[in-house]
Amino acid sequence: MALWLFVFLAVISLVSALGVIVQRNPVHCLLALVLTILALAVLFIALDATVVGFLQIIVYAGAIMVLFLFVIWLLNLQAETGPTGSLALKFFGTIASAALVAELWSFLLRPHLKVKYVGESASYGTLGALSQKLFTDYLIAFEATSILLLAAIVGAVALARRAPGQRDSRQGSLP
Amino acid sequence: MQELINNIVAAGTFGKMPETLVAAIVIIVLSAVVFLGIAFPFAGIVSWVERRVWARIQSRVGPNRVGPNGFLQWLADGVKHVCKEDVIPTDSDHQLFKIAPYLVVLAFVLPWAVMPFSSSLILADMNVGILYMTSVTAITVVGVLMAGWASNDKWSLIGGIRSAAQIVSYEIPAGLSIFPVVLMTGTLSMQGIIRAQGWAPQHWFLFANPFTFVAANILYVSALAEGNRTPFDLPEAESELVAGFATEYSGMRYLFFFMAEWGNLFIIGAIITTLFLGGWQFPQVSNNAVVMNILQLITFNVKVLFLVFVSMWIRGTLPRVRIDQLMSLCWKYFVPISFVNMIGTAIWVAIWPEGNSVAGYIMFALGIVLAVIFIQRVMYYLRRSRMELYFRPTI
Repeated sequence: MALWLFVFLAVISLVSALGVIVQRNPVHCLLALVLTILALAVLFIALDATVVGFLQIIVYAGAIMVLFLFVIWLLNLQAETGPTGSLALKFFGTIASAALVAELWSFLLRPHLKVKYVGESASYGTLGALSQKLFTDYLIAFEATSILLLAAIVGAVALARRAPGQRDSRQGSLP
Repeated sequence: MQELINNIVAAGTFGKMPETLVAAIVIIVLSAVVFLGIAFPFAGIVSWVERRVWARIQSRVGPNRVGPNGFLQWLADGVKHVCKEDVIPTDSDHQLFKIAPYLVVLAFVLPWAVMPFSSSLILADMNVGILYMTSVTAITVVGVLMAGWASNDKWSLIGGIRSAAQIVSYEIPAGLSIFPVVLMTGTLSMQGIIRAQGWAPQHWFLFANPFTFVAANILYVSALAEGNRTPFDLPEAESELVAGFATEYSGMRYLFFFMAEWGNLFIIGAIITTLFLGGWQFPQVSNNAVVMNILQLITFNVKVLFLVFVSMWIRGTLPRVRIDQLMSLCWKYFVPISFVNMIGTAIWVAIWPEGNSVAGYIMFALGIVLAVIFIQRVMYYLRRSRMELYFRPTI
């Protein structure tokens, strides 16, 4: 990846990530999040991880973003007019975020993390290489994740299902 | 693409310019030709063709005043929309309101980068071509939701929500219907998928086995639903929502939404043609690369335009579905059938890794029977309708 491309994308993703937490209107925050996701996807693609990059666009910029937006609309979140929360909340929030920053800082400074750029035409990002990894080295984690998602779907269906005798509220309510 | 650049560099047309600069110039010029010469005029011309075809289906005449047979109607509409005032509602979210149409057009423009017009006419033959196509069209939903929300209008908001729910739902059967072909070819590249098929219909993936035949139909219907086409045009249902997410738009911004919608017909057709209808495959009649490429270009476009034409018939014939019908069609029928297709194709590939040619012939014969039944029905209705419109198509 060229340096100028990395700097360009890094600036976009950082600015839009700041936008997610700085803006007051939840929908604006969400759109800033979409921009962050797109910038990250392009970063993945520039690192030759093309499949991951495009899946990021489909899943996050497409589906997850719509889910967030529905939640915002259904909960009817309005733009915040002023700072909310008690003083204690702010106090502990500051401490928690300072701790997180310190932790990240010490982690990123560890010597073995200073990876080098391996060069062009890396084949690790192709669909074949990715599937090879997923279905051999990380098979248990992969299958466990799918079972977790299945459980979530079953749970959602169980919550949405009506009791047998209950009347369908959608029926008969039409004018 | 790379061959073309190498040839140009070898020919020395640009003198001693560095190779990357020549490559950049060639790519920019070709992209400009594709967008200005094909994509945008196509969207315009389709709007005229659709209005004419639609009028024919309803025994009307359609726009026939501007230019020969009304051919220049789309240009007149374009000029009209450019001259109109660009109204931005006071209570709307101005920035988002202005950006939204561009995002929708962006999602229409990006797929052209991997459009396989012929064996060498493709801008970028990525090894994840079809995944790229589905992922960049997913950006449409961002633009539509943005338009619906930023308008600050109930009709727009409901239209945006409907559109988002519809696009996100139908992406699942559409994505799952691509998998059978990927399973059979082992590649995601557009050219790779086309090269795995033959020019003859029995070698197309449409007729490769029963599962791919069903997958092709599911993909076509899902793509129509994703493109907000009738019978799935609930997001802009005129009788209930004025114009859905586009209610508050006027002038060129309004036209952008519809340009993307009409242009998307070509992309839908191109995806189906690439995956299931053999793409640009044409028998090797000449050793001249240019002649072959032109023949392949014509083949590809004929197939795509046929599919565009079919979507116009569907629009002229079928009434709009209800929202619960739309959702149950997707989740109760398309998604389970798509999973069956995937598993069935996987078993088929496990049994016959090289494909089964006998099945191809049988499926092709069945396809011909279906086409004959369809044509018989059409002829039956033609005999009982007003003949003069059909015999004089250029009124």
